[in-house]
Amino acid sequence: MNDPFPSSAPPIIDIRRLTRQFGNKTALNDVSLAVPRGGVFGLIGGNGAGKTTLIKHILGMLKAHTGTVQVFGLDPVQNPVGTLGRIGYLSEDRDLPNWMRVGELMRYTQAFFPTWDEAYAEELRQAFDLDARSRVKTLSRGQRARAGLLVALAHRPELLVLDEPSSGLDPVVRRDILGAIIRTIADEGRTVFFSSHLLDEVERVADRVAIIHEGRVMLTSSMDEIKDTHRRVTLRFGQPVAQAPALVGSLSCAGEGAEWTYVCSGESEQLRRAAEAIGGTVVGDTALTLDEIFVSRIQG
Amino acid sequence: MQIHISANDGVPIYLQIVNQVKYLIASGRLKAQEELPPIRVLAERLVINPNTVARAYRELEAVGLVEKRRTAGTYVSDQGSPLARRERVKILTERIDALLAEARQMDIQFDELVKLAEQRDKAMQTSRNEE
Repeated sequence: MNDPFPSSAPPIIDIRRLTRQFGNKTALNDVSLAVPRGGVFGLIGGNGAGKTTLIKHILGMLKAHTGTVQVFGLDPVQNPVGTLGRIGYLSEDRDLPNWMRVGELMRYTQAFFPTWDEAYAEELRQAFDLDARSRVKTLSRGQRARAGLLVALAHRPELLVLDEPSSGLDPVVRRDILGAIIRTIADEGRTVFFSSHLLDEVERVADRVAIIHEGRVMLTSSMDEIKDTHRRVTLRFGQPVAQAPALVGSLSCAGEGAEWTYVCSGESEQLRRAAEAIGGTVVGDTALTLDEIFVSRIQG
Repeated sequence: MQIHISANDGVPIYLQIVNQVKYLIASGRLKAQEELPPIRVLAERLVINPNTVARAYRELEAVGLVEKRRTAGTYVSDQGSPLARRERVKILTERIDALLAEARQMDIQFDELVKLAEQRDKAMQTSRNEE
């Protein structure tokens, strides 16, 4: 755990220059993304940003039009057996067979995965308070998500892919899902890739993030680096100005009179020098939440 | 060990842990030789990435506040260390700065503030003697 990003190891997901169109709408535009083995990778973006389309390429449910997608070094479309058996997947709409009972769903899913751990599956069923006799269609939203999570986890996949796992769920179920993410990577070498628009959650559990907006990856970085290189600085100028002077590295700016607040990419010392160069004094300098960074990045 | 994580104030999570453990040690709520929760346990309890806890523990180890034992586990170092004292002084300095700023705003002179501190110290000692 001391070295979360062994950059020398080949990435577990390697996407290069992937472009995808649906009719004349470009869903993914020249996307390149490398997800290292081990750790939690958070894909963040608004509705319609391209998160689900990207995930479907990782799972081989969509074939790359241009560019390449490799998972475990294999093409998931050409080699579904070599990839899907090692991935646990929870889809956004949790499309489980409605007519099955929970126990049947477990046995059915088990048949696809040689690595299925029966004892672990049973442990999860009890921890999630799922009745083996309940029909999937009668499950509440939260229980349905837990059932989906159970079948995604019980074969102890090397890669866990979760598409908007917490959207629309109450805090208790969200905690179960985040707990599962944490336990998954605490086991040596396993990887979680999840998409979300709940940025406080991403900030808690992810060690790397990519921001996707309108089909483009705007930023990929480690969480530490993102936090270290984005600041909110407030500058005071000698006299009121109608418009804020441009500050190097600033992504957005608001204020009036002599005091203006910038959201910037850059480190404190660097920003202080840039502020002096335009005749401003730094009167405030604070860290940003991932939420604020995201908003300033996609509006910038 | 009571730690509270907030994702709303922008302070990196590892730093929130570092600051709170420092505070717990300096205020005596974590004693020398006391064991910190294992990384995985704390990560699950706080619902945060285990690497974040590991980084916080590494930072605390680097400043000498905690030590890793070969058998496993992270323990609070002996309190006599000058670093712990420096940390205590740092915490007090922040409190004093806040107090000075407030006094200035309320138009209370420094001499008056010192007198007040002496009075309160006496009051505290009296009540302690009565216990």
